[in-house]
Amino acid sequence: MSLVSFLDREHSVAPAGYSRWLVPPAALAIHLSIGQVYALSVFKTPLVERFETSETAIAIVFSIAIVMLGLSAAFGGTWMERNGPRKAMALSAVCFVTGLLVGGLGIATGQLWLLYLGYGVIGGIGLGLGYISPVSTLIKWFPDRPGLATGLAIMGFGGGAFIASNLSNELLGAYTSLPADAVPTDAVAPAFFTLALIYALFMTFGVLTVRVPRDGWKPEGYEPKADSGGLRTTAHVAASESIKTPQFWLLWTILFCNVTAGIGIIEQASPMIRDFFPDDVSPAAAAGFVGLLSLANMAGRIVWSSTSDAIGRKPTYMLYTGVGAVAFFFLATAGDTSVLLFVVLAAVILSFYGGGFATIPAYLKDLFGTFQVGAIHGRLLTAWSAAGVAGPLIVNGIIERQRDAGVEGAATYRPALLVMVGLLSIGFVANLLVRRVADRHHASADVLGTYPGVTSQQTTGSAKTAPSASGGTR
Amino acid sequence: MSEQYSGVKARLVGAWLFVGIPLAYGIVQTVRRAAALFTG
Repeated sequence: MSLVSFLDREHSVAPAGYSRWLVPPAALAIHLSIGQVYALSVFKTPLVERFETSETAIAIVFSIAIVMLGLSAAFGGTWMERNGPRKAMALSAVCFVTGLLVGGLGIATGQLWLLYLGYGVIGGIGLGLGYISPVSTLIKWFPDRPGLATGLAIMGFGGGAFIASNLSNELLGAYTSLPADAVPTDAVAPAFFTLALIYALFMTFGVLTVRVPRDGWKPEGYEPKADSGGLRTTAHVAASESIKTPQFWLLWTILFCNVTAGIGIIEQASPMIRDFFPDDVSPAAAAGFVGLLSLANMAGRIVWSSTSDAIGRKPTYMLYTGVGAVAFFFLATAGDTSVLLFVVLAAVILSFYGGGFATIPAYLKDLFGTFQVGAIHGRLLTAWSAAGVAGPLIVNGIIERQRDAGVEGAATYRPALLVMVGLLSIGFVANLLVRRVADRHHASADVLGTYPGVTSQQTTGSAKTAPSASGGTR
Repeated sequence: MSEQYSGVKARLVGAWLFVGIPLAYGIVQTVRRAAALFTG
């Protein structure tokens, strides 16, 4: 079997006895790797010194990568659905590792454009394909617990930053020949090359381990059914059709509002806590606060997403946006009365931020079915790219204006925090407006039949059942 | 049958350890950093 055909969907169908619990580690291998992008800031100072340029010029690398993530997820989703997760994960690994190698070459030769092209553009494509590729596969393996399954994978994206930031610091320390108090500019390129090798191995494990369920497979005892609230469907909507529904744009709005609000805290976490409590919080404690928020962000991805399987997706997003808005309001009006209150409110908000990312694929599955849920998810992630631009612009713009007006302390942040209350209220209303997708958007049997991995059972939306455990076990 | 079952079980344990150990390492290091909020 050639390498290319090994990667095909038909060669990645689960053999008899394959456990579906092998798919989450395969997904985690990819997400833990690409989560490295959130730890890029570890290299910020050495890169500024290496290229003798501004922080903004280096920050552009991250921005390019995130924009490419959104674009590749949006445009690569349908290709991924047709070709299967193994090929998509393999292409993601090739792009991400090549991005690190080309970026490393740019650093070694002092050419910043190579870093933009390598890590930003090529690596960014790897991020987008890697982010969406395991998600629809997990939903197909875990139709009974989609929130838990996607929460596990997307938690990995947050966890990947923890691994990468510590590993990168270790590598910089090991490779530099400069004195301990100097910026390790000589160690960045070798660190990039080493990360490329480590992530190539890690992502290959994901590629080799992932499997798709065979046609018609479903978990023992699971019967797909629409829920009493009427949101969950057993029919399927094509990705190209999904963007014509109000439901897609309502979810886009919810994700945009939730991410923008979370970024409002992440962007300013360290200076904010010090300005709120100038006499009580040291720089080291502020760094600890940033670490605590990262943990809350990661925990929210698995905890809230799993909870949504029990309480439903709509109530979960009412929690994120409704309770989130209340938390922002108290942060703005009473956050400076107690360090503990401030920390708890910020941690709750960040857990909702992470939960919002992790629960959205399950919400999409409820509304649009499993047919092209990965491709629809990819298109929805443009809300993330938009929030990544809008969030910092809104927050930094308001705070700078406050400072220019001579405002100090907690009051500097109050207007920005109240804007987040407004944004989350918009998200809350958008969530309230979500209804079941109209039947006219459902894909016909003819359309579904042209896609690999779609069975006659799926095309009719029938809850009829499933074959034996062969080709996948519970 | 039981050989096949123990093979699947071993593969499951191996796969989860492969991703779980690095993740646990990252989380422990971050918890240590976060502890500075209460001690720093």
